[in-house]
Amino acid sequence: MFPYKKYLRLDKFPHIWCTGCGCGIIMKAMLRAIERAKIQKDDVAIVSGIGCSSRTPGYLDFNTLHTHHGRAIAFATGVKLAKPKLKVIVVTGDGDATAIGGNHFIHAARRNLDMTVILYNNHIYGMTGGQVSPTTPFGKRASTAPYGSTEPDFDISILAIAAGASFVARSTCYHATQLDKLIEKALLKKGFSLIEVLAQCPTYYGRPNRLGNAVDMLRYYKENSIPVETAKKLSEEEKKGKITIGVLHDIERPEFCEEYQKLLDRVQIKHS
Amino acid sequence: MAQLNNRSIKIMTGNEACAEAAIVAGMRFFAGYPITPSSEIAEVLSKRLPEVGGVFIQMEDEIASMGAIIGASLSGLKSMTATSGPGFSLMQENIGYASMAEVPVVVVNVQRGGPSTGLPTLPSQADVMQARWGTHGDHPVIAVSPSTVQDTYEWTVKAFNFSEKYRVPVIILMDEIVGHLNEKIVIPDANEIEIINRPITTDPPEKYIPYKLTENDIPPIAHYGTGYRFNVTGLSHDETGFPTNDPKKIDALYRRINRKIERYKNEIIFYKTELLDDAEICLVSYGSSARSAKRAMREARASGIKVGLFQIYVLWPFPCEALREISNRIKKFIVPEMNLGQIAHEVECATRTECIKVNRVDGSPITPQEILEKIKYVSV
Repeated sequence: MFPYKKYLRLDKFPHIWCTGCGCGIIMKAMLRAIERAKIQKDDVAIVSGIGCSSRTPGYLDFNTLHTHHGRAIAFATGVKLAKPKLKVIVVTGDGDATAIGGNHFIHAARRNLDMTVILYNNHIYGMTGGQVSPTTPFGKRASTAPYGSTEPDFDISILAIAAGASFVARSTCYHATQLDKLIEKALLKKGFSLIEVLAQCPTYYGRPNRLGNAVDMLRYYKENSIPVETAKKLSEEEKKGKITIGVLHDIERPEFCEEYQKLLDRVQIKHS
Repeated sequence: MAQLNNRSIKIMTGNEACAEAAIVAGMRFFAGYPITPSSEIAEVLSKRLPEVGGVFIQMEDEIASMGAIIGASLSGLKSMTATSGPGFSLMQENIGYASMAEVPVVVVNVQRGGPSTGLPTLPSQADVMQARWGTHGDHPVIAVSPSTVQDTYEWTVKAFNFSEKYRVPVIILMDEIVGHLNEKIVIPDANEIEIINRPITTDPPEKYIPYKLTENDIPPIAHYGTGYRFNVTGLSHDETGFPTNDPKKIDALYRRINRKIERYKNEIIFYKTELLDDAEICLVSYGSSARSAKRAMREARASGIKVGLFQIYVLWPFPCEALREISNRIKKFIVPEMNLGQIAHEVECATRTECIKVNRVDGSPITPQEILEKIKYVSV
């Protein structure tokens, strides 16, 4: 049995997540990834905004920072630049990161600042009661879209790649064992890394859209996911409605902290 | 560079003086977004911070800038941002966070006219109330207002000292005149400048309680990445830093963060008086308007009118008691300011008398002549 207790603030349990929520699956995968990557607890800072996902740091025994809605990446930028030795992980949701926090998200990716963003994408605002989010698929119902959403949704991973992220991977809560391996890779990657995790929210997304219970939603992920290698062989038509999972993007780009250090070295030599 | 003992004499702008003083105060992290008339602060620091090993980053907006300086402060660096009116509005959310989580940071607002985009290149003092009440909820505020380049240097250092000592965000309310004015400044020798650093915990990590109720109401700080794995949140929290809904603990938190400034307000409040002993009329002013007030006072005195000056350097906490005390012997208070009477209202509350206001909101400075006319009108 994996030693989860080593990483948990046990006095903060029971957690506040609903029955069947995907948040716990992602949290546990993250802990396994940290253990596998052999990163010390004191060297990890976990930053979050507001939302279901963003309550994760409270349960974890690291340096933890729970900030305003959408602002986690902005706070994390300060934490990382002031103390570059810290492994900075941002846990965020689809609303937090791509609606109110969209600007911070794309610019951190553009800077290629060394941090790992774990984005719990449940297609809905859970904590505030099921309102429509930028990733609610077209036509799906939400408490602020009672007739179905009339907006197209974001593909968060493609957005991050376009903005300049070094490493982008996608998985689902069904693929829990794949998840910790992807997070581990992201943690060890120098630069901005994003793990988008499709997470079931049976309470606020599943119920109004008649998607069944948590098990039904996980089964959907299982049956509709295709590995990135398979996806490459399929036409756009064949890929329609499928979730591409695995490492979508992995490149080398200059990282912000390292580039800033080079600037410091250059300026300091000139002034010494 | 002219030398006066170990001091140096220079010509510089208020914005430059602010940037240089911040470095002297120990500031090593600046995050900002360009906005007139504050941009020179960012420009100077983008050059100067790397020279002293500090970090400069131009963020994507003011909200991010404010978030980044809070994150950097929690990681141990003295941090600052600079902006103007509309940018200051965007920062309010995270200024509230810094108040709630007791994170030392300094926010410079080189004021321009508003509301909205207002007067980007012209002076104003219209953010006095935004500095006090811009955020939601109850929390104390420290805001300082320099009126010369020399003041700007000295009060920037003091702003950092207040921020570090009391664990609060401190606001420097400059105005466009002070920010862009080139004038003589005597830079003190480094040994002459008092620098205060935040209280650091001496407890071992296993015993550290981040918001412990201490005798002085200011809990010592630990920094991220130093073996103290604590939690910081903008939610109502208990002494351990974790969210709470316990009414007793919530009440204790709000009362403590307000009390910690209230009980030290006599160390914070600062004003200067001139020729007030025999005065019948008192000018109350601050920032660049106080310079015009001073000139008007001298001219009025030359024509035999008994007028004095009460110049406010620390706007918040407001010097209510000092003004109330002198109100017994003052016949009329005149308050010149570049807004429609934001501080005049506070003076009226403090003195229980109706003030004469001298206001300009057209982007022009208030001239000594305008104030003099009001003095003459009142003295008849």
